[in-house]
Amino acid sequence: MATRRGVLTGAFFALLALAAVAPMLTGVAKFPQWLEIVLGGLMSGVLYSLVALGLVLIFKASGVFNFAQGAMVLFAALCLVRLMERMPFVVALALVLAIMVALAWLVERLVLRPLVNQEGIVLFMATLGVAYFLDGFGQLAMGSDVYTLDVGMPKEPKILFESTFEGGILVSTEDVIAALIAAVLVAALAFFFQKTATGRALRAVADDHQAAQSIGIPLNRIWVIVWSVAGLVALVAGVVWGSKLGVQFSLQQVALKALPVVILGGFTSIPGAIVGGLIIGLGEKLSEVYVGPFFGGGIENWFAYVLALVFLLFRPEGLFGERHIDRV
Amino acid sequence: MIYRETGQFKTTYASDQQLFPILQDRVIVVAFLLFAFVGVPYLASDYLFRAIITPFLILSLAALGLNILVGYCGQLSLGTGGFMAVGAYAAYNLAVRFPQLNLIVVFILAGLCATLVGALFGIPSLRIKGFYLAVTTLAAQFFLDWLFARVGWFTNYSSSGSVAAPPLAIFGWEIQGPVRKYLFVLSIVCVFALLAKNLVRGAIGRSWMATRDMDVAAEVIGIRPLHAKLTAFAVSSFYVGLAGALWAFIYLGAWEPLAFDVNRSFELLFMVIIGGLGSILGSFLGAAFIVILPIALNQLPAALGVPLSTATVSEVELMVFGALIVFFLIAEPRGLARLWAVGKEKLRLWPFPH
Repeated sequence: MATRRGVLTGAFFALLALAAVAPMLTGVAKFPQWLEIVLGGLMSGVLYSLVALGLVLIFKASGVFNFAQGAMVLFAALCLVRLMERMPFVVALALVLAIMVALAWLVERLVLRPLVNQEGIVLFMATLGVAYFLDGFGQLAMGSDVYTLDVGMPKEPKILFESTFEGGILVSTEDVIAALIAAVLVAALAFFFQKTATGRALRAVADDHQAAQSIGIPLNRIWVIVWSVAGLVALVAGVVWGSKLGVQFSLQQVALKALPVVILGGFTSIPGAIVGGLIIGLGEKLSEVYVGPFFGGGIENWFAYVLALVFLLFRPEGLFGERHIDRV
Repeated sequence: MIYRETGQFKTTYASDQQLFPILQDRVIVVAFLLFAFVGVPYLASDYLFRAIITPFLILSLAALGLNILVGYCGQLSLGTGGFMAVGAYAAYNLAVRFPQLNLIVVFILAGLCATLVGALFGIPSLRIKGFYLAVTTLAAQFFLDWLFARVGWFTNYSSSGSVAAPPLAIFGWEIQGPVRKYLFVLSIVCVFALLAKNLVRGAIGRSWMATRDMDVAAEVIGIRPLHAKLTAFAVSSFYVGLAGALWAFIYLGAWEPLAFDVNRSFELLFMVIIGGLGSILGSFLGAAFIVILPIALNQLPAALGVPLSTATVSEVELMVFGALIVFFLIAEPRGLARLWAVGKEKLRLWPFPH
């Protein structure tokens, strides 16, 4: 059974890879162009991963499907933009971090603690409530205009491999920096989870709430920590996205794209969030450019979801998700 | 004292199985229906019909459909808005392309179209469960949104993408004006609520509930998961599609795909959860709550004499809405229907403590 599943998954990826290189093989696209699109797709995939990472962290540690992650990204970015008008970047960043920790504490106190032991769907709806609240509060306190976030990232694109290909490849420096930041963040998180005592406690909680509590791990404090870490991830995502797209309400809509990423990667897997993000980003860009025109364009809006859906038909728990065994 | 079933014996199978076994309940229901059909048209103002009562009824029907899927069969769906859109656009196309069709037939056929689409998007539920399934239903939502916005055939090649419902009439009875619209919607909602109530307590409803409680165990005792899940998706989508057609034709009149976007899906899910999962009454209570709350929040600052700009009001509304959702979930995670049941239980014993 396991091998058959492995073969199916492998076949799916082979098909995906084939579809990805098909435009080049059939001569529809030239190699440099195609490479540009692939790179662009991977870069936007990194951005999706940043939001998905926050979702996975919280789901792992508390079993809550945190719909408010997108709202947290927007909220963090809004706070940062408005604070940067009055103080230097570093101070503002520290202050926003403090705000996110305070937010995590409030969420734990006011939402999670009273709802402990409730069903997953109730907790999910509660985070939807938190998302609404954050949207309203953020715009009320900090205005609902479109802000440009300038943290000094170089905007002008670079041309690479000019000598190898005719015309070279256009790469946005901003995207490369974003990818580097994401890589550093993931490395730091991995270190935190694997090597520190708190990280071990977090993993214990993720494994089994009751067992963790019975050996003396304070669940409530762990939740505050994990929501704070998710807040930090949201802040990073907010900085990267905000400087790329501008800080505005529509950031929320883009954050919805993190959902197919987490289900494709598996709800409980940090590598899954990264790989899922890359697959979704790549698939989305390639399909938009090469398949979209046949359907009248705009398929970017749903392609990611359908891709995730088809993939889940082969592996219902996602790429790296824990295999769930049902027992009566 | 008054609400007590003492002395009401069930002597036949029929009386044991009736919908409302307690006499007082029957009296209340009949009185309530009489009031809704006869009293309300005389009492309510046009504004009340247009802003609250009609949308409340239509959204109750949609919430009822979603409740069948989420509350009774345990399949979490975030694609409800998309299925409403299927109903609305199917009704539009049928009405425009076959003008001689009776309006009732149009609505039923529109519901059946939604049934087909719903069952199609329900197929993954056989393998995918829980939140994974919820996200995959978002695929339905975004795909259908895109389909109706981009493919011209569905909007009859209207240049703006917005379409308008044709004049409404059944058997020469024109559905014009708030009161007639209200009566039409009320009749449909009553019929289908009764149908749903009977469905969920029949064999099929029990198979849904067994699947919800634990699908593997249900399979072991001989319930076919394919059958149970797909019928739940189909029936639920029929209700939702019908509600979508009503929403478009009766409430909106003219609409664009944006009327059925993902926010509508979330709104309906809120209704179901605030009202009470797995409860027909809960769907109505939840719909009433979610329809009335924003209007009340909108009126409140003016009523209190606090002048606020429109933008501020909408932001405060979002905040209060979110906070109230969380508050209600904490206060009663099993919804308003549960509060109602507790109240009834208290009333049965009153004035004695036991």
